Amino acid sequence: MKKENDNFTFYRPDTTTQREIPVAGGAVRAGFPSPADDFLELPLDLNRELVRNPASTFFVRVAGESMTGDGIGDGDLLVVDRSTEPHDGCIAICCLDGEFTVKRLKLEPDGVWLLPSNPAYKPIRATKSNDFRIWGVVRHVIKSFK
Amino acid sequence: MYGLCDCNNFFASCERLFRPDLEGKPVIVLSNNDGCVIARSNEAKALGIGMGQPLYQVQRLVEQRHVTLFSANFALYGDISRRVMATLRALVPNTEVYSIDEAFFDLHGIGEPLDDYGRQIGRTIRRNTGIPVSIGIAPTKTLAKIASKLAKQYPKLDGCCYMHRRQDIEKVLATFPLRDIWGIGRRYGKLFDGMGIRTALQFVQLPQEWVHARMGVAGLRTWNELQGVECIAFEQMPARKQQITVSRSFPKEIESLAELDRIVAEFAAACAEKLRRQGSACREIICFIYTNRHREDQPQRYESGLATLAEPSASTIEIVKLARTVLQQIYRSGFGYKKAGVTLSEILPASQMQGSLFDPVDRQKQQRLMETMDRVNRTYGKGKIVLAAQGTHPFRMNREHLSPRYTTEWDELPVVKAE
Repeated sequence: MKKENDNFTFYRPDTTTQREIPVAGGAVRAGFPSPADDFLELPLDLNRELVRNPASTFFVRVAGESMTGDGIGDGDLLVVDRSTEPHDGCIAICCLDGEFTVKRLKLEPDGVWLLPSNPAYKPIRATKSNDFRIWGVVRHVIKSFK
Repeated sequence: MYGLCDCNNFFASCERLFRPDLEGKPVIVLSNNDGCVIARSNEAKALGIGMGQPLYQVQRLVEQRHVTLFSANFALYGDISRRVMATLRALVPNTEVYSIDEAFFDLHGIGEPLDDYGRQIGRTIRRNTGIPVSIGIAPTKTLAKIASKLAKQYPKLDGCCYMHRRQDIEKVLATFPLRDIWGIGRRYGKLFDGMGIRTALQFVQLPQEWVHARMGVAGLRTWNELQGVECIAFEQMPARKQQITVSRSFPKEIESLAELDRIVAEFAAACAEKLRRQGSACREIICFIYTNRHREDQPQRYESGLATLAEPSASTIEIVKLARTVLQQIYRSGFGYKKAGVTLSEILPASQMQGSLFDPVDRQKQQRLMETMDRVNRTYGKGKIVLAAQGTHPFRMNREHLSPRYTTEWDELPVVKAE
């Protein structure tokens, strides 16, 4: 974000995320300089990779097995971005008749299909008679191994 | 032009974001200790539940109409507020956060149509954070506040009220209650009621000299702002607080000095920590204790006392010590105290602290100690290092209806069903 006046342009730093920045060269000694010094890059930041928009990203926990075909299992962590526009075929958190549920969406003009990815579960159709809203789009699933 | 972004029923909206079953149902949020109503969903307002009403007065309504209660969950509200403000910041050139649920923004240099722009802001915040907001846009901050109230009141404005033409503003002021104007409030409400002045327009029509004489510069500013003359500057940096208070009502009345002493020490320590967080020091410490004003059958006492530090300080040790001294002076036995609090005032930047030649305290050593204490408490959790005077059992609030900290604790994340 910047603010301009007649002579200068001021830029405000973004201090919202932490990163370690390697310092080039280290101590100057009479020895052979590190051949890697010219190739210094920032360490990888998972926050940046998984959380595009921190203000609209929420973490939620999964309970149940209906989405195992998409790799979403009981106890997994989902990264949900509310700023992503829901599209046909996306996996989303929905509010269906007062409950949060996670399903793949098939958007149709007169209703929405909520598709499980485990053959043991049946698709659900949400129409005007249901209390149905899309809460946010699932961007990532994080599994932890014990 | 200035804008105001105001979250609708903010605390209630935060609770409902994670409780889809409560959509369209009455919800209220209670103050610390579940004492009074501090937020209401529209459905709860429609039932006639008033802002600030004690819970016991609405208890029957709550049961009969199935109103859902929440204890104040400031961990949640704080996080959602940050999200709303961050989203707004990305959409406008400059913002000024005014409170947990309100922010002004600057629209200088943004082209018309500004009402469409405002609606876009509202929709984006609603989608990204889940919180409904009302946007007001007008030539001054005072008028923008009015516009945001209109946006909330009239659904057909679709979340944004852009009020800029002279004749439109006058039309609004002709009916807008003077009491609800920013800067008038309760303080002058009675004065104007007595004079039969009820609308903002009547106030604007008063002579400038009269307003200046009766209300001072602040009143004159409001008077000018209502006429579109910009007087209240846009502040991008939050101002250092001029006073810091920590106070609570107790679930039960407390008589014993020892118990009050421990609580006052805890409140004073919390004040000192806030003081250091904003890089300030203070010179004055006020301590107060109140009996229960709802218990007319019991003797009442409202006591407060003030003490001055020899040198401005931000040290928990000094501030707690002085607060306890004040408590000793104002305490009388034989009363049931329901509320206590500590206020720090005469606040100045810590960098302006002048050392005194005869200062018996080693300031640098104190400062290092405080820095270490704050760091430990930040890393290992609140209250890991406290003064002995605070005791080992921190003051617990009554929070029977507390919701999970959905966005700030790994163990309390919302759960979605895959069934």
